[in-house]
Amino acid sequence: MAAKLEVRNLSVNMQDDSILRNVSFTLEPGRIASLLGPSGCGKTSLLRAIAGFLPVSAGKIHVHDRLLSKTHYTLPPENRHIGMMFQDLALFPHLTVSQNIGFGLKSLNRNDRQVRTRQVLELTDLDCQGEKYPHQLSFGQQQRVALARALAPKPEILLLDEPFSNLDPDLREQVATGVRKILKHEDVTAILVTHDQHEAFAMADEIGVILDGSVEQWDTAYNIYHRPKTRFVADFIGLGSMVPAKVLDACTLETEFGHVKGEFDPEFTSGQEVDLLVRPDDIPHDDSSPITALVEEKRFRGSEFLYKLRLISGNFVLCYAPSHHDHQIGEPIGIKLDLEHLVVFERKHPD
Amino acid sequence: MGIRNETLALPGIIRKSWQQRSNLGWLACTACTALLLSIPIITVLYSVLLPRSEVWLHLRSTVLPGYILNSLVLAAGVCLGTSLLGVTTAWLCSACNFPGRRFFSWALLLPLAFPPYIIAYTYTGILDFAGPVQTLLRSVFSWQYGDYWFPQIRSIGGAITMISLVLYPYVYLLARTAFSEQSASLREACHTFGASAYRTFFTVILPLARPAIAAGLTLVIMETLADYGTVHYFGVTTFTTGIFRTWFGLGDRIAATQLASILLLCIFAVILAERYSRKAVRYQYPVKPRKNRYYQLSGPKAVLAVFACGAPILLGFIIPSYQLGIWTLQTAPEIIDMSFLVLFTNTVLLAAMVTVAVIVLGTLLAYGKRVGTHPFISHAVNFSATGYAVPGIIIAVGVLLPFAWLDNTLDAWLQQKFGISSGLILTGTLASLVFAHVVRFMAIGLNSVDSSLTKIHRSIDDAAQLLGNKTFDRFAKIHLPLIRSGIFAAALLVFVEVIKELPATLVLRPFDFNTLAVRTYELASDERLADAACSALLIVVISILPILILNRSIAHGGVIHGSQA
Repeated sequence: MAAKLEVRNLSVNMQDDSILRNVSFTLEPGRIASLLGPSGCGKTSLLRAIAGFLPVSAGKIHVHDRLLSKTHYTLPPENRHIGMMFQDLALFPHLTVSQNIGFGLKSLNRNDRQVRTRQVLELTDLDCQGEKYPHQLSFGQQQRVALARALAPKPEILLLDEPFSNLDPDLREQVATGVRKILKHEDVTAILVTHDQHEAFAMADEIGVILDGSVEQWDTAYNIYHRPKTRFVADFIGLGSMVPAKVLDACTLETEFGHVKGEFDPEFTSGQEVDLLVRPDDIPHDDSSPITALVEEKRFRGSEFLYKLRLISGNFVLCYAPSHHDHQIGEPIGIKLDLEHLVVFERKHPD
Repeated sequence: MGIRNETLALPGIIRKSWQQRSNLGWLACTACTALLLSIPIITVLYSVLLPRSEVWLHLRSTVLPGYILNSLVLAAGVCLGTSLLGVTTAWLCSACNFPGRRFFSWALLLPLAFPPYIIAYTYTGILDFAGPVQTLLRSVFSWQYGDYWFPQIRSIGGAITMISLVLYPYVYLLARTAFSEQSASLREACHTFGASAYRTFFTVILPLARPAIAAGLTLVIMETLADYGTVHYFGVTTFTTGIFRTWFGLGDRIAATQLASILLLCIFAVILAERYSRKAVRYQYPVKPRKNRYYQLSGPKAVLAVFACGAPILLGFIIPSYQLGIWTLQTAPEIIDMSFLVLFTNTVLLAAMVTVAVIVLGTLLAYGKRVGTHPFISHAVNFSATGYAVPGIIIAVGVLLPFAWLDNTLDAWLQQKFGISSGLILTGTLASLVFAHVVRFMAIGLNSVDSSLTKIHRSIDDAAQLLGNKTFDRFAKIHLPLIRSGIFAAALLVFVEVIKELPATLVLRPFDFNTLAVRTYELASDERLADAACSALLIVVISILPILILNRSIAHGGVIHGSQA
């Protein structure tokens, strides 16, 4: 059922604007990907190009080795076997839940249609809601109807266009996890568009970070966070700060924390001035450590404090400390640097 | 991200896919219909280029300045009258609480049921020398003819009063909506700065509602300039009476059309001015407005409010209805016979034909605009809907010229080729009358369907398409059920407008074909006001229907249809 999606060197122009530039990725059958990026970066356009609503200017889209789009050719959306869940859900207000779900099952006979409808209703926990109209349901239920409707025709690819953006951030992760379970159960290849990294982490097997119409990095959630390939990805995903460093040899950096050992991109040569990415979880708080930094700002987060610390050099780093380590602003506290993989970027000179 | 614009980028794939080809068919139909509907207006505009005749020169040096002056005075006077009545009542009903507010807020729409010419006939009957008012005055004060001064209703002042009394609801309706959409915090903010209710109204509330009031006044100006029945009856010479006189009295069709083109240009100028003023000032609220609390009125203020809201209803609806009712009771036994039934059937038949045509074509055009977002299509569609702003007499003139030419050409060709005569198959039958009405009222159907369609989010189309539906299927299964109530409302409005329409029907009706409106006009012109009451009252009763619907759709937060002339 699940199909492989292949996007090769895809570009999309609208009027004279270049919306997407040279986008390539492959999504193996049954995998869930998330397109993550700031608003206006082109992630929704990419989704709509895959759905067939946007013609492509260059490149190709294949599903299962079947060509969907290339320059001057767009297979109409209705012939693509692609399902989509819309941001505003787009439920048909004049049809009941069952009729909404059955809408895409025209090719089935009456009996099969009912069976399949019941199946997806059950799957999405809507067993008794089939005869109701969309406006009679809660928003959460409406979302599940939209998901059920998109899944009912067993699409080869399912596209989700920020469907959870109307939920509270807390609920969003929970719903995303639930939807992931359903998608895995249905064994469908899926792409989720979102600007919320936690939603992406909760849902996706792999994440594509998009900036200005190009894919910055396509990787697993773990790698996106811990091994960002570009400064933008490092900034956009998670918290962190840059600490100046100097390359000593292929596996050593000199920083104000002392010498730091670990592997990093071999293209940096000895003597080069670089920036080292330091995540708050790379800096454990340790009262016995000889390295100290002054508390500049602190944010209480319940189970922990997020401290913004000023190093002796005047640079700042972020640090998580268990919430009973309550230090005052201006107080020096001991920290360590605990890095496995070193994420290093060329030094950016302030302009 | 390009939810609206992507279909713009399609030309490259049109050849390739069936989907786009079926859209192309729809687009071609849309473009042709739009073009067809534009014929009358194009004809009138084209007449500007034709050489000026003797008659034209004569008109220009004698009566034209009078037409222009009278039309201007009339329009300005009616604007003043309707904005006084409309804005005051709208403010009272949307911001203040006083006894009867709920009743007044819908009853204030009732005068809209009176076409201007009918209220003019009725008041002439009431206020004339032999009418009940002057008779009463004479008997109470034992005056004789010439003993006293009484305002002459058959004057431009009378026309302004009559037209204002029945057209103020346009201003009232749009202003009321604008007032009640204003956020409560706005008013509260003013009060925190120590502004009185009075100052708040004139410095904040009124300026904010200005675009809506301007839109209402634009509608009022169109209707005023389109009026023929009232000004003709009162002997006020305006553009419409001038066009009639030039066409029928002087028999110069080209000069009449050229006269019409001047009026048309004035109307376009009004529309442009309104559009421009709307563009220049666009007030938007970032957050959903909170409901306003009403100012509670009591004592003399409440009495004043009741009077302010009650007077327009009394004068614009209750008194004329009462008078028509009395006349009808007196004359019904003689008037209502077989010929009246024929008159009624004719009217309903004409209205039904026009309604069906407007709805079918309007839906085609509105849907074509949705399917093909090419700018040319939407311009063409919008242009074809300008008929609503154009007086019926202009459309009649614009229809007659090309249709008569077609008739003659066809007839001559048939005579020559086959020796048979086709007669006047367009201008001699209902065809031209129906066509003119379709052109005139297309905007109602189109705007109504269009606004219902716009409320359906584009993602619904996308969802249906992804689930495997072709264009036509999508229309039948998704859009049509969703716009049904909009279509119904539009159908009712068009139906009633056709029944009320006078000048175009008067010019274009085939020989021996009469409608209620024309019959009312004929009888009133013969000074048989009481005999005219039966058909007049019937028109008014039918016209109340859409007002009730209009009121209900506003109560449900609906959009006012056909008000975007």
